[in-house]
Amino acid sequence: MRNTFIGSPVERREDLRFVRGRGEYVDDLDSDGLLHAVIFRSGVAHGRIRSIDATAALKIAGVHAVITAQDIPGPPVIPMRLQPLPEFKPFEQPVIAAGKVRYVGEPMAVVLADSTAIGEDALEHIAVDIEPLPPVTGCAAAARGDRLLFEAERTNRAMTFVAVRGDADAAFAQAPYVRRETFRTQRHYGLTMEPRGLLAQWDAATGRLTVSGAAKVPFFNRRILAKQIGLPEDAIDMVENDVGGGFGARGEFYPEDFLIPFAARHVGRPVKWIEDRRENLMAMNHAREAEVDVEIACSRDGIILGLRGHADVDMGAYMRTNGAVGARNIAQFMSGPYAIADIRIDSSLWMTNKTPVGTYRGPGRFETDFFRERLLDMVAADLGIDRVEFRRRNLIPASAMPYALATITPFESKDEIDSGDYRVTLDRCLAEFGWAEKSKLQGRLVDGRYHGLAVGCFIEGGAAGPKETARLEINPDGSVSVFMGSSAVGQGVETVFAQVAADALEIPIDRIAGVFHGSTAYVSDGYGAYHSRSVVMGGSALLDAVKNLHEAIGVAAARRWGCTPGEIRITEDNVGGPGGAALTFTTFAGLSAEGIFLNKKHTYTCGAHAAHVAVDARTGQVEIIDYLTVADCGRIINPMTLRGQVIGSLVQGLGGAMLENLVYDEAGQLLTGSLADYLLPTASDFPNLRAIVTDMFPSPINPLGAKGAGEGGIISAGGIMANAVANALRDFAVEPRELPLTPPKIWEMVQAGRLQERHSGAAAGGTRNPGDFAR
Amino acid sequence: MQSRLVIMPVRFEVNGNSVSVEVEPRMTLADCLRHVLRLTGTHVGCEHGVCGACTILVNGAAVRACLMLAVQAEGSEVVTIEGLSNDDALTPLQASFRRHHALQCGFCTPGMITTAHALLSEEPDADADRIREVLSGNLCRCTGYISIIDAVLDARTAYKKPPP
Repeated sequence: MRNTFIGSPVERREDLRFVRGRGEYVDDLDSDGLLHAVIFRSGVAHGRIRSIDATAALKIAGVHAVITAQDIPGPPVIPMRLQPLPEFKPFEQPVIAAGKVRYVGEPMAVVLADSTAIGEDALEHIAVDIEPLPPVTGCAAAARGDRLLFEAERTNRAMTFVAVRGDADAAFAQAPYVRRETFRTQRHYGLTMEPRGLLAQWDAATGRLTVSGAAKVPFFNRRILAKQIGLPEDAIDMVENDVGGGFGARGEFYPEDFLIPFAARHVGRPVKWIEDRRENLMAMNHAREAEVDVEIACSRDGIILGLRGHADVDMGAYMRTNGAVGARNIAQFMSGPYAIADIRIDSSLWMTNKTPVGTYRGPGRFETDFFRERLLDMVAADLGIDRVEFRRRNLIPASAMPYALATITPFESKDEIDSGDYRVTLDRCLAEFGWAEKSKLQGRLVDGRYHGLAVGCFIEGGAAGPKETARLEINPDGSVSVFMGSSAVGQGVETVFAQVAADALEIPIDRIAGVFHGSTAYVSDGYGAYHSRSVVMGGSALLDAVKNLHEAIGVAAARRWGCTPGEIRITEDNVGGPGGAALTFTTFAGLSAEGIFLNKKHTYTCGAHAAHVAVDARTGQVEIIDYLTVADCGRIINPMTLRGQVIGSLVQGLGGAMLENLVYDEAGQLLTGSLADYLLPTASDFPNLRAIVTDMFPSPINPLGAKGAGEGGIISAGGIMANAVANALRDFAVEPRELPLTPPKIWEMVQAGRLQERHSGAAAGGTRNPGDFAR
Repeated sequence: MQSRLVIMPVRFEVNGNSVSVEVEPRMTLADCLRHVLRLTGTHVGCEHGVCGACTILVNGAAVRACLMLAVQAEGSEVVTIEGLSNDDALTPLQASFRRHHALQCGFCTPGMITTAHALLSEEPDADADRIREVLSGNLCRCTGYISIIDAVLDARTAYKKPPP
């Protein structure tokens, strides 16, 4: 049977429990003798801890223990998982505040109580004496250096990454045209609908620790925890249940990932911790806050000659496990899908008294695409070249693949784009969008609103290595169970991997009994879900597992029949040998085989976005009339779940472009402390979105030919929306240079444009009349 | 400092079954359903009534369970996602959600389905704008909403009353 599950929009298995409310998320778990943990967090952004006194809290009925730094030898420090450079070590985070507090929300104590409510009562009775220190409020303040988070380091600058390709200075020295601008993206984050949580169980008799609520990188986290808590790795089980979203933020090793297991062993009872939304806003990794001073050099006929620039990235108070990724990506990926020969971009990481920063979907890429695409529109206008044509002229041609991106130092990292023809995806986007027809509306005032268009191109890196593991096991009824080192964060792995397995085994998909993911008990060496890798890494490991399973069956059958494995024929779940000997998989129940996939290269999904907006200049309100994304993702496993990723990712991007903002005051207090302040996209905000996914450019670097595709939708949104608004409001000389594009901000830019025009005494150009404002 | 918890008895109906519990007055209905009655299908996403993940039906109306105290449910008929489901088959609304890939991580889904069910029960002819308006009170971070709206639109036929 030649299956074609790969490529089919198979309905998801996991939905059967999710739509019935039968998912099992960590807060749904229970345990006998459970104690509830509540974290006491610093209310001060920067200070020296003089004392913590929990005496009064311990007197409250139902409070069993209050753990502070005094109870934790060390305390251990959380190591970095990605780019673990020695320069970052001094800035890593202790699992509990020790000596100093450096951000509002930093854990200072853990209360263990009979209920979360009692635990929260206890928080008010913990007396902390903190000598306040002036906070470092942002990159500029960090750079002044008069206030230090880590006095011994004598600087707030953890690192500067440099991305180099060719000789940027030479290119700029000879360039006939240069434009220099400053852009900013705001702090926001990968808020997940399910807040974080853990349930830790310590079995003193066997010396085993079980931690439920694991996600994203359970194997790596087990390694960290084992070292910190003084247990061998195989004494710890990390259990991944159903996970309510990840987006890069959930699943990295946080202080609580040590504190909760430690607490369980400390008191000898199971401990459950579930954060609430207020905590999540101040304690889950923040992201995206960056400012860039960038220049672009071009020839007069619109060929980009060079890019040069400096980015300052606000890292928050500590270097988190993956904190360096966004800052590094800003430098390496600023060129995007465009062929730019000479590049020098450096990116400095500044420590500030705010929540620490980690990755959020498309880390550094959302930021850098906003910076670059804005610059491209500005340059096209300066040079009098059509914006589409300018981009087309500079896209990396298919003949240049694989194309080397700028090399990053330190942690010398070369990366190359594997395959793709960006002109094809751009042309498809323009055609489907109806660009030619809609062009007539650019800058026009229609029924009280200004219309604008924008187009932009993107690349999306995926399939991070180094390795992934899959295991297959035959069940007594002859069905096959799949065990993956990959993690589920909502992306549909239980279905997608069943498709891959069924096709490779050539058995009906309902003979795949189940796909079990993420937990450390399932495979020998798993890696998880990050950098859009599950389909490529997990799927390819699964193909290897199928090969190994067939080999194992061949060996077992050969032994049984006294022949050689080469004489065994496996068709679907039938096993045939010489002389008509025949068995089915049921005979081989219990047989298990692992497969792996090793990879050092990235895949690059490519595409283009186009948008048509209408802006009310009186209120700053923006409506998206139409937004189209075209993405080529190589081989598509499930087109339905893929489109779900693209649209979901896009709406997150629109949230980042228009709505979301984590705001701090001058004292380092987080002002956006609830969902009433931190605005998320709702069903009525962005209804007119379309996604087209194609499979024209398979990846040459994995046997499936697939590419990671979970992050592309978010990457272009900032640049596209800002360019569309600028295009709509060009009569007011509106040039957005920062996000989010809230109505007040747009309104202010319009007012500034009108003021400018009044001062210059001449219209900026276009069809605007004084009477227009009166409407 | 209190040395004894204040407890109140509450009696109400959940998914057609009478329940009698004793809870602290400050316990939310969401927490009561989840942790006392072990009906964990109703999810808690914000505890301040914005995200809608905790949406249940109380006397037929869609209500945020995090904004209700358990003791306020006295004498009420409560229906949760468990009461809107059965073992044998997916309901038309659930099947439509699956068909349209209107969920990814599943965390917002019980609240979405409950809200959509309440809407379509009242307004089986609701159009896309109306559905978007009502569901704008349920946050989803995964799907981008478009597939959810499609799923609810597609489920309307199951709610339309047959002609008399």
